Amino acid sequence: MIRIGVVGLGKMGMSHLSMLNVHPDASVDGVCDTSRYLRSTLGKYSGLRTFARFEAMLDEVELDAVAICTPSFLHAAQVRAALDRGLHVFCEKPLCLDPAESLALARLADERGLVTQVGYHNRFIGAFQEVKRLLDAGAIGTVTHVLAEAYGPVVLRTKGISWRSRRSEGGGCLYDYAAHPLNLLTWYFGAPVGVSGTVLGRVFSAEIDDEVASTIHFPAGLNAQLSANWSDESQRKMTTRITAWGTGGRIFADRQEVQLYVREDATPPDGYTVGWNVRYTTELSDPVWFYVRGEEYSAQLEAFLALLERGSGDDDHGFASAAVTDAVIAAMVTDAARLPTAVDLQMAPDASTRRPRHPSRRSRRQDAR
Amino acid sequence: MSDQPPTAPLIDRLLFGDNQFLGVNHMSEERARAQAMRFQDTSSVMEVLDIAYEEGVRTFMCTTHERIGQVADRVRAAPERYEHLTFFPGMPYAHKYANAMTEDGVVGAIRRFLPDQGLLDSAWRGGRSLARKDAEGLVTLLVDSEMKMFRGLRTPVIFLQNVVVDFLLGLGVYDAFAMFAAHVREEYGAEPGFFTMNLPRLLDGLDRAAVENPIVCASMNKLGFRMCGGVAAYEHVLAERTFRPIAMSVLASGAIPAREALEWACALPNLQAIVFGASSRANIRSTRAIVDELWPERT
Repeated sequence: MIRIGVVGLGKMGMSHLSMLNVHPDASVDGVCDTSRYLRSTLGKYSGLRTFARFEAMLDEVELDAVAICTPSFLHAAQVRAALDRGLHVFCEKPLCLDPAESLALARLADERGLVTQVGYHNRFIGAFQEVKRLLDAGAIGTVTHVLAEAYGPVVLRTKGISWRSRRSEGGGCLYDYAAHPLNLLTWYFGAPVGVSGTVLGRVFSAEIDDEVASTIHFPAGLNAQLSANWSDESQRKMTTRITAWGTGGRIFADRQEVQLYVREDATPPDGYTVGWNVRYTTELSDPVWFYVRGEEYSAQLEAFLALLERGSGDDDHGFASAAVTDAVIAAMVTDAARLPTAVDLQMAPDASTRRPRHPSRRSRRQDAR
Repeated sequence: MSDQPPTAPLIDRLLFGDNQFLGVNHMSEERARAQAMRFQDTSSVMEVLDIAYEEGVRTFMCTTHERIGQVADRVRAAPERYEHLTFFPGMPYAHKYANAMTEDGVVGAIRRFLPDQGLLDSAWRGGRSLARKDAEGLVTLLVDSEMKMFRGLRTPVIFLQNVVVDFLLGLGVYDAFAMFAAHVREEYGAEPGFFTMNLPRLLDGLDRAAVENPIVCASMNKLGFRMCGGVAAYEHVLAERTFRPIAMSVLASGAIPAREALEWACALPNLQAIVFGASSRANIRSTRAIVDELWPERT
């Protein structure tokens, strides 16, 4: 039985707690949150042992692992404290706001032989796993361009009171939304060499970004366009999408399906044919022990627990990989502060005649309203 | 509340779902969006509901999405036309809370949808745990605020959505099931229903909460899709446990051909009803015809 403590009872902490609490190989021996109200209510109705302070939980309970689901700015210190005590760590994403800390923690975990994982749950969605298999099998030949997107309806008005509305605490569309498709890109194509053209735009928020756009450059000329918006009311819930173009075809995937187009002169992987192929989530999802809000959330915890029981193995989703994502995010923040290349309108032959037209056209439209 | 004779079964064997109206499709986001566009006008929803009604499918199993509120308004406005229409509301429409939770935190999201925040606020400020009486009050307020849109309509079964049911089940907060059951019985004269993706475990949880002979709606399909515990465990509890099972996701969003899917489901022991979604008369009629053929004794 793996003894585990859950730290932070927000949306993700509650959700992980619910799944871990009924896992046949895990036992939640401690739960920790600053809210006395949540602690006492949860303790009373679930019988779970609760703590106000993280250190107190570590002192008083024998644990094998912790799941850290606190606001992002708290991750670094808590993860370090857990690793120092020899605990395996599952941490919500992003790992740290300072990529140097992410790297240091990855090294520390490695030195101590501890299992780590970061909550990039898209890696456990059947469709995105199939994309990984297809890309690794060379299904679309040499990949030349990728579009990685995430849209959803989180901030739809000019108000917000949680830590997610403060950049210094790890809020914003970049950390919360864009990190997901970005992390998929690094899983598929490895560490990028640079970023350019980053825009962190506001829609409704006063302090943080609601929209993200950036170009991510990988070795050998591969580049990806990242586009995210968490103020998109047209989405019922968060949607993440990957589209990849290559010399041999094209792949599109979201959480529900994979569409693969294979060119005539390319070799389709086993089970696929030349032309269009579609695989749905119903055939790509493996069963899980308990379902709360998507197979992927259960599957990622299962992978963490399985790795922990084996003691070692495929560490694809550990801190080292999350540290790459954090480094790219930091580069994007730096890049976003750069000025764009100016457009010299004098270079256009009819610039002087074109310019005055725009305001008059706009004012006509406004009058019409 | 019901004007049906007492011998009439509480649950029709075919129930009409609402996923197709709300842009929910478990196979394709593209298809989901096309449906969201087609049904953004309440009249297009009513057209399909009317077809289902004409084809004899007269129970609408729906969430408490605000769009359904508009459907309820239309039905209330034409009581004679919809004399035999029954609603099985399932609450809450969870994405509303989930999206609010990202912005406002867990307690903030609940507060946002509470008509009266006093109750939560006093415990929150005092840092006390929610006393049982207050927890019951909270359940009452949340259920009542979701049920407002159905006032005056027939709602003999009121469901708790699977995200909430399975979340509470995971936490082991079984008391909440009992509180929900008690409130819908007392306030609405209705039977409590529970959606789940974890049927065998939920039956144990409902036992712990002393909810007897519960109505439970769960994914049941040939593929074993979203059937935690596995097909064999589902077949076992269907045969052995005392509850009123309803199957959803029988076609697994179209992954299984209709006849094959329904043949499998209709052969399940003790199954009371099947919920399905469709957007055309042809699909509604053929589903009805297949189920009539497979379950003749229940016509």
